[in-house]
Amino acid sequence: MRAFAYHAPSSLAEAVALLDREGDGGKILAGGTDLLIHIKERGMVPRYVLSLRDIKELSAISYDESSGLRIGAAAKLSDVASHPVVLERYPIVGQGASLVGSLQIQNLGTVAGNLCNAAPSADCAPPLIALDASVRVAGKNGERIVPLAGFFVGPGRTVLQPGELVAEVLAPPPPPRSGGSYERFTPRQEMDIAVVGVGSVVQLGQGDRCVQARICLGAVAPTPVRAREAEAVLAGQVLSPELIERAAETAAAEARPITDQRGTADYRKHLVKVLTKRTLTAAWEDARGVEARGNSVWQN
Amino acid sequence: MAKLVVSFELNGVPTDVLTEPNRSLLEVLRDTLENTGTKEGCGTGDCGACTVLLDSRPVTACLVLAPEVQGRKITTVEGLARGAKLHPVQKAFVEQGGLQCGICTPGMIMSAVALLERNPTPNEQEIRYAIAGNLCRCTGYDKIVRAIEVAAYSAAAQNGAASPNGQVAQTAKTEASKTEVS
Repeated sequence: MRAFAYHAPSSLAEAVALLDREGDGGKILAGGTDLLIHIKERGMVPRYVLSLRDIKELSAISYDESSGLRIGAAAKLSDVASHPVVLERYPIVGQGASLVGSLQIQNLGTVAGNLCNAAPSADCAPPLIALDASVRVAGKNGERIVPLAGFFVGPGRTVLQPGELVAEVLAPPPPPRSGGSYERFTPRQEMDIAVVGVGSVVQLGQGDRCVQARICLGAVAPTPVRAREAEAVLAGQVLSPELIERAAETAAAEARPITDQRGTADYRKHLVKVLTKRTLTAAWEDARGVEARGNSVWQN
Repeated sequence: MAKLVVSFELNGVPTDVLTEPNRSLLEVLRDTLENTGTKEGCGTGDCGACTVLLDSRPVTACLVLAPEVQGRKITTVEGLARGAKLHPVQKAFVEQGGLQCGICTPGMIMSAVALLERNPTPNEQEIRYAIAGNLCRCTGYDKIVRAIEVAAYSAAAQNGAASPNGQVAQTAKTEASKTEVS
């Protein structure tokens, strides 16, 4: 690795001041599993690296009923995937986090890093976008909340400005009777990158009527994208396998994937249909299951 | 660039190294500390040959920037044996022939040790998942999986637990009785 300076500030305020003082050419190190590969293999030459290792506040994962889930930028993928609140209330987030790399990578890498690296295939992005999550961005001019749906600009590029860093990932409290599911397709089970990934979240009203659905597609465009036409097929309608089939076909029709070494455009469109159907079906079951679990508390 | 001191615990021993910040934990372990048990395979986190335990959890040392381990505990394959007595996982790899060229072996063993710490009686699927980030181009994995099963169920058999796989249980019992005799 080419030479660079190393800074490990002990608070977010100190980190922001340091980025402002040191100026261009800095890179944030959260887990380092993407950053070190960029430096070793892809010609990235940072002038300095700012490590989050000593910023204790950024390792936290917390939840409260008004603000929802907060995942600090330095929280490890493995800690997120095994966190009790994630398992109970945001299983879709754990599904994404536990698919990134190997166990070794999950013990180093972070959700925020997976997002900031901005690969179109990032497994953390579709679940969080389907949950309508945001990131809290800190910079010298203060903080701003950026909805993840508007965070990505292109492969490897986000709306982050020089001197800014992501402090936290924020997912709103899950509405009652809502559920979600993320699935990706890879030729082998582990250690692979999504050919297509789909995250779906469904919120039910009375019975099986769908109040709202959000579907996010990964690896079919330069950034993760919402399948808004497919979502519109479901909104306000009573869910049925036939309706989900129609939404899945709509998602496949609106996706604009490319052909590359992982799959052809036609193959990816087919995968969008299959995975949208599967994840919507699982999200629907999850939404009803939340109700069933809620009832059982009262029945017992 | 200015060198910096990184202090951490290596295999239970407080350790200070003076290093440039642009070196990986793997480089510091092998080149500075001359602990060459940890191997370099790909250098990009894909093969798992350099797996070490960082605060008891497996990580690829090639993707850890050395200053990141300040104040942390690192366990490498050198830290497993107690004098001449091999760790049960090491012993099982030797006795079951769970290796050929040996480059993946230290990493495999560290992943297996981490697995058995949190799940002392894994089934085959759990074992295969735990070593999914460790590539072996020689063995075809079966003997590695068998070695980890034997390590787990030799310990478990001594505590009276049953293996899900009868053949392995038998091997494990035999191994356990050998241990008792010796």
